[in-house]
Amino acid sequence: MSTSVLFDAPGRRGRLRNHALTVVSLIAVAAVVYGVYRGFDAKGQWEGKIWEPFLQWETWEFYIIPGLIGTLRAAAVAAVLALAFGAIFGLARLSDHAWIRVPAGAVVEVFRAIPLLLLIFFIFYLAPVLMGGGDYAFMAVVVGLMLYNGSVLAEVVRAGVQAVPKGQSEAAYAVGMRKNQVMRLVLLPQAVTAMMPAIVSQLVVLLKDTALGYIIAYVDLLNTGFKILPARFFGSLIPAAIVIGIIYVALNMALSSLATWLEGRSRRSRKTAAKPVTPAVAGMGEGAA
Amino acid sequence: MDELITYAPDLGLGFLENVKLALVALVTSLVIGTILVAMRVSPTPVLRAAGTIYVNVVRNTPLTLVLAFSALGLSDQLGLVFSGEPRTNSFWLVAMGLSLYTAAFVCEALRSGVNTVPLGQAEAARAIGLTFSQSLTMIILPQAFRSVVAPLGSVIIAMIKNTTVATAGGFLADAAAVMKETFDQTGASIPIFLGIVVAFMVLTMPIGFFTGWLSRRLAVAR
Repeated sequence: MSTSVLFDAPGRRGRLRNHALTVVSLIAVAAVVYGVYRGFDAKGQWEGKIWEPFLQWETWEFYIIPGLIGTLRAAAVAAVLALAFGAIFGLARLSDHAWIRVPAGAVVEVFRAIPLLLLIFFIFYLAPVLMGGGDYAFMAVVVGLMLYNGSVLAEVVRAGVQAVPKGQSEAAYAVGMRKNQVMRLVLLPQAVTAMMPAIVSQLVVLLKDTALGYIIAYVDLLNTGFKILPARFFGSLIPAAIVIGIIYVALNMALSSLATWLEGRSRRSRKTAAKPVTPAVAGMGEGAA
Repeated sequence: MDELITYAPDLGLGFLENVKLALVALVTSLVIGTILVAMRVSPTPVLRAAGTIYVNVVRNTPLTLVLAFSALGLSDQLGLVFSGEPRTNSFWLVAMGLSLYTAAFVCEALRSGVNTVPLGQAEAARAIGLTFSQSLTMIILPQAFRSVVAPLGSVIIAMIKNTTVATAGGFLADAAAVMKETFDQTGASIPIFLGIVVAFMVLTMPIGFFTGWLSRRLAVAR
């Protein structure tokens, strides 16, 4: 349902009222924006001095870009591992053998239920015990993200395969294919198209969750941009938050729009008989920090 | 197992803080989320745009940044103070940040519910002469709420798990912070970790089952 059917094409009085409402809400929005502006101004947050670091290449070279690389590196490694984890456990949950299906189901359910930060803390403290001294921040972030997002992706994979109509596998069995041929040649290719949007939205969640590394001092964008940079340029905390906020929003929106585009494409696609797996409510349905 | 028993009272108190945070954030995020969704379907383009911008910006910002900004930016730099007592102050800052963050997801869940209400319902409401606010509150939202019970349940579960990020907002009394503190003393302890995980599961699993049951019960037969 498009939103416009909620109200009629307004008549003369309705139009007048809508215009009045528009003016009132415009004033309200402007008042909020102005209030924030004044609040910032009163604390001297618009002074050129504290914004200046962001015009210098050194700030980007030594703080923001290394941080961004840290974030993207953790996200990329975790994404690959989570996809592998999700594929393995998602297919294991579909197995005909209970001794594979049940443990895989238990692993997926447990890791989905653990708050991600607790998992990251636990790995961070457990790793030195198992493997001796060293810096395990990167590993803790990546393994935590892999276990959590991998479990969510496992559910996506399962839903994707189950979304393929039953007739497809029945037909494949009827022409004499084996179990693994049915999965590999018939079900998975159709399921992948159907679950692409859900996978990409989960990757947005994963990218956003790399920021949890900040808490265990992993050198990511949030850390270099919000902890190290304001310590170097005193007073630039608010500008720093705004700049790195914009970078995060831009990155995630680019990925999200990719997901929306893929969803539209797979909805129109005739390559698959499966309906697209709906992404968990815009990146939070399954829980995201 | 001994560590868990020794530190159980501290951990329990920490977990209680998570529950309190979750309760505050639950109420406020549902209220703000409902207001946001009303803005996003309203006939006023300015409100629609404001709602859309809010949701898209907040949804794509990491919660860690939201909470760290609430504490270090809003409170320390811009002077937003809820209480003179640092602990109470950071509790409310985290509750505020978490509510504002969760509200964006509540809004998205509700909006996807509005989209499931068939066109005919809104048309029929208009045909019998209901105004925008009447058709929204009496026809559309009641049906929308019913179809989003399960997704809302997932949002609430995620929000409960997100209370652990309170550490980033300088609130160091919640279960995650207490667990970290304990680990500093005992080293990584599997019983303590499992204890907290079980506590969270005890909190979130019934919500999952309840909202699942409720959504089946309330489902609008079409």
